[in-house]
Amino acid sequence: MPERVEELSSGWGRALVFAYGVFAVAATGRSLVQLGVDAGRAPLAYSLSLLAAVIYLIATTSLLLGGRTGWRLAAVAVGVELLGVLAVGALSYAATDLFPDRTVWSHFGQGYGFLPLVLPFAGLAWLRHTRPTAPAATGKADLP
Amino acid sequence: MNPWVYGAVLLLCAAAAVLLVVDLVRDRATQDSHFVALGVIEVALLVQLVWGSVALATTDRDVQGGVLVSYLVSTVLAPVVGAFVALTERSRVGTTILLLAVATVAGLEIRIWDLWHADA
Repeated sequence: MPERVEELSSGWGRALVFAYGVFAVAATGRSLVQLGVDAGRAPLAYSLSLLAAVIYLIATTSLLLGGRTGWRLAAVAVGVELLGVLAVGALSYAATDLFPDRTVWSHFGQGYGFLPLVLPFAGLAWLRHTRPTAPAATGKADLP
Repeated sequence: MNPWVYGAVLLLCAAAAVLLVVDLVRDRATQDSHFVALGVIEVALLVQLVWGSVALATTDRDVQGGVLVSYLVSTVLAPVVGAFVALTERSRVGTTILLLAVATVAGLEIRIWDLWHADA
């Protein structure tokens, strides 16, 4: 399904790939520096930074990959991302002692202009729009 | 870090962002004026890269040098990558990508400032 492959990373998907790419690089850089400089200071926060980096990398590549597999992988990655940003965001307010240092997802991505919170919703909306099976009637009508 | 270079980059980013948002609202695709704006930012960023590297080499502040340089280089790369990606999508999506690139530069700038003033 060549047109499907195109669809996932073209149009607004291209903007999404760019945004995910930026966050993949940012999160990878951050986690590598954090783990490299002083891994023992905040093990949980730093592992979460690394997890975020991996999730963003998977999301970026699977969007670029396209096709059914790409779509499924992207859906999983974006789903985990949404859970992660909500869980870490809430925990960073509720249990401050768990997070002596910031992560990408702390305070719902405050340090990144709350984009980490917006991104998974944008990702889910785009994945919904490009569903591989695309049953004709349901859910397509309300999209612009 | 020279506050004038830093201020110039942020001002240029703000100006470019306004231009891009206006054209985005008008549903315009990426066009020459956008790339000129990005080019001007790029020149300022290259100046900043040189200036920052020299400042880092001559300072006796306690700055994380490697991290700072990686940020300086990343800011230089962001508009270039953004422009290439935007060129593959000649619609308002391209304009959005350029806006994201400018936002990335602005975000990195703030980090650079924080890194440089970490010990203050």
